[in-house]
Amino acid sequence: MISQQLLISGVGGQGILFIARLLAEIAIAKGLPVLTSETHGMAQRGGIVISHLKVGDFSSPLVRPGQADGLIVLKSGNVALHRSFLQSGGWIAANGTKSVSVSGEMEMTTIDADTIALKLGNPRALNLVVLGHALSTSRLFCTTEEVAEILLHKLHGKPALLEGALTALNAGTTNFPRS
Amino acid sequence: MPENKPTLMQGNEAMARGLVENGCVVAASYPGTPASEILSSIDTWLKTEGVTMHVEWAVNEKVAFEIAYAASQCGLRAVTAMKQVGLNVASDPLMSAAYLGTIGGFVVISADDPGPHSSQTEQDSRLVAMQAKLPVLDPSSPAEARELVGCALRMSEKFELPVMLRPTTRVCHACQDITPVPVEYLERKADFCKDPQRWAATPKFRYELHVELNRKLSRIAAYAPTAPRRLNPSTVSRRAVVASGVSAAHAKEVISASGLQDAFVFYQVFQPYPLHSDFVDEVRAAYDEVLVLEETTGVIEMQLRDYRRVQGKLSGAVPEAGELLPEVIERILCEFAGRPASDLPEAAPAGGKRPTLCAGCPHRASFYAIKKAVPQGIYPSDIGCYTLGVNLGAVDTVLCMGAAIGQAAGFYQAYRVTGHQRDIVATVGDSTFFHAGIPPLIDAVVQGARFVLVILDNTTTAMTGNQPTPAKGTPSGKAVDISSIVAGCGVEFCRSADPLDLPTFTSLLKEALVFSREQGVAVVIAKSPCLVDKSIRHAKRPQALVDSNCTGCKYCTGQFECPALVYDEISRKVTVDVMICSGCGVCLDVCPLKAIKLVEGQP
Repeated sequence: MISQQLLISGVGGQGILFIARLLAEIAIAKGLPVLTSETHGMAQRGGIVISHLKVGDFSSPLVRPGQADGLIVLKSGNVALHRSFLQSGGWIAANGTKSVSVSGEMEMTTIDADTIALKLGNPRALNLVVLGHALSTSRLFCTTEEVAEILLHKLHGKPALLEGALTALNAGTTNFPRS
Repeated sequence: MPENKPTLMQGNEAMARGLVENGCVVAASYPGTPASEILSSIDTWLKTEGVTMHVEWAVNEKVAFEIAYAASQCGLRAVTAMKQVGLNVASDPLMSAAYLGTIGGFVVISADDPGPHSSQTEQDSRLVAMQAKLPVLDPSSPAEARELVGCALRMSEKFELPVMLRPTTRVCHACQDITPVPVEYLERKADFCKDPQRWAATPKFRYELHVELNRKLSRIAAYAPTAPRRLNPSTVSRRAVVASGVSAAHAKEVISASGLQDAFVFYQVFQPYPLHSDFVDEVRAAYDEVLVLEETTGVIEMQLRDYRRVQGKLSGAVPEAGELLPEVIERILCEFAGRPASDLPEAAPAGGKRPTLCAGCPHRASFYAIKKAVPQGIYPSDIGCYTLGVNLGAVDTVLCMGAAIGQAAGFYQAYRVTGHQRDIVATVGDSTFFHAGIPPLIDAVVQGARFVLVILDNTTTAMTGNQPTPAKGTPSGKAVDISSIVAGCGVEFCRSADPLDLPTFTSLLKEALVFSREQGVAVVIAKSPCLVDKSIRHAKRPQALVDSNCTGCKYCTGQFECPALVYDEISRKVTVDVMICSGCGVCLDVCPLKAIKLVEGQP
């Protein structure tokens, strides 16, 4: 069975819950068990928000430090905060303007999602730009096509939102690579 | 709703699903993290299923409890849901309902918040259940929480007692694949049978009810469906680990990942109180060493009653405060098994962004105006987003729901009785005012207290996800007007203004201050809608831009603390983060150099 532990990190209001749930729903569509953990309430108000996502045979909703396969970061400052969750050989896909050097055995790529989302006239879609970027590294348990499919299902009947979401996702996918 | 198909459900949605599936017809709650989504999810599920229920956001948890309890007295299945500190508010009816008992199944969901992530305390609702002498169930996952909801309703009907379900944040806000089952339609009619000796029992009969309650508890301690389960039946050992709630889920995963399956016998407890008596006997007879993993207090541990052999919170083997994270459990389990624990990676540096009011939040403008109008004041505040006014230095105290008003009156009386008077400006949100602010306001008026009360009225319960308040969006269509309540309490100064109009709002506060110094309580209603309330259409506004007159004095970032105003270390000037600027324009009045302008046409 596929087994993957992911963390999605950013600040309140960036749409972290949305992409964590998107990925969890894809896991279910693929017939995989899934557990996630979300941040709500006071912590959400502009503070650090982190979602844990575990696909496969797990019972705890939290990823232990040193166990994550990958880290998707929507706010570049969070890389330093949450990289200790990564296992050696893990990867980071981050929103940022330059490649931040990280010590140890991890691979990090960045995408300037703020600028791309602003250029698209859709600043709220930066989460999908970063997700698109993470997908382009082919290390996630799912593909860009599977994400597009679930977006199609979720945003059925909201053509403008759907188009914006797919454009952002594709912008993230094609602005690769810069490692 | 497609049955037999797994769906992603948050723990709160899963409990809501369990309630609807098991024929619950009355649900009442007051919002509070991490329990808020239970009621809204019930609403969603009953719409998809076409079920009829009474679902209400009550004015507070005590009222919510009483609404749901009356339904149970009529023979219907009912639930009340709240966060752990909400249970404090509802504890009066809870303690008494334990004696009187129930007819229809009645579940009290009290969600705990070890950490704490979004609460004043880390209190353990299981201890409240113990004090009330009520059974409590402790789910370890969303799927289990859904199962235990049905179990709790059946148990409540079998033993005629309210049953508590105690999820924690990591259950409420975890999501899992869960397959819904069809709704059970019980087709019951409300049927209240008069029995004043029971329902209105006098103290003499209360003694008998207490004796009866103790009898029920000893039967519940032998109730098979909620008995602890041994998760590694083939293991032979004189050591045992007993875990409940999400600690059991963490432990289970750590045990298999670290190869500890044969190091000790592993039990999961579903009903931490009353602990099954046969289980207590078995544990005491079969094991030399027992480790208990639970959140947040040693409830199971104290019932095992053998401090020489039992390790846990009380013995010091398990931390008594903070969340029991899986990495903490891993270390404790390895130690218990006599194995070296794997090295943890270097801990993340502390810090990062602290929570803050949203860019454009009207509360920020209110707090800034309070500091300007009453710079030497004492600022009692309350529970809600506006607790974050502490970042602006305009919040001095946060105790519990409604306490801003009681404390403001208390500060006034403390200074008065010792021959002084201080300026006092209390802040309370609209929902909190309805919840617990009215009795202390009455008290303040009749005791002659003098202070300014600012009611931050954004017509919503913002922190917990924009639930309605009695002032807007009520099922009856009737709205309770805050200024009429204030006037009805005998307050003689009550005026409203929009804090986003900073100069007008500040001068109104100054007027209120003069009144409060000389005459009594002055109320200012700061009326401006919440920016994240999706039920309100927000007009697109021009965004702010800092021009070349900015000297980088940092007055705005320090005193106004808007996250959209960012000091740039390279240019040594402030810039506007256009990703989050709402265009409220308040900072134009904040900048001492008038270096901030609004520009049309920004995204």
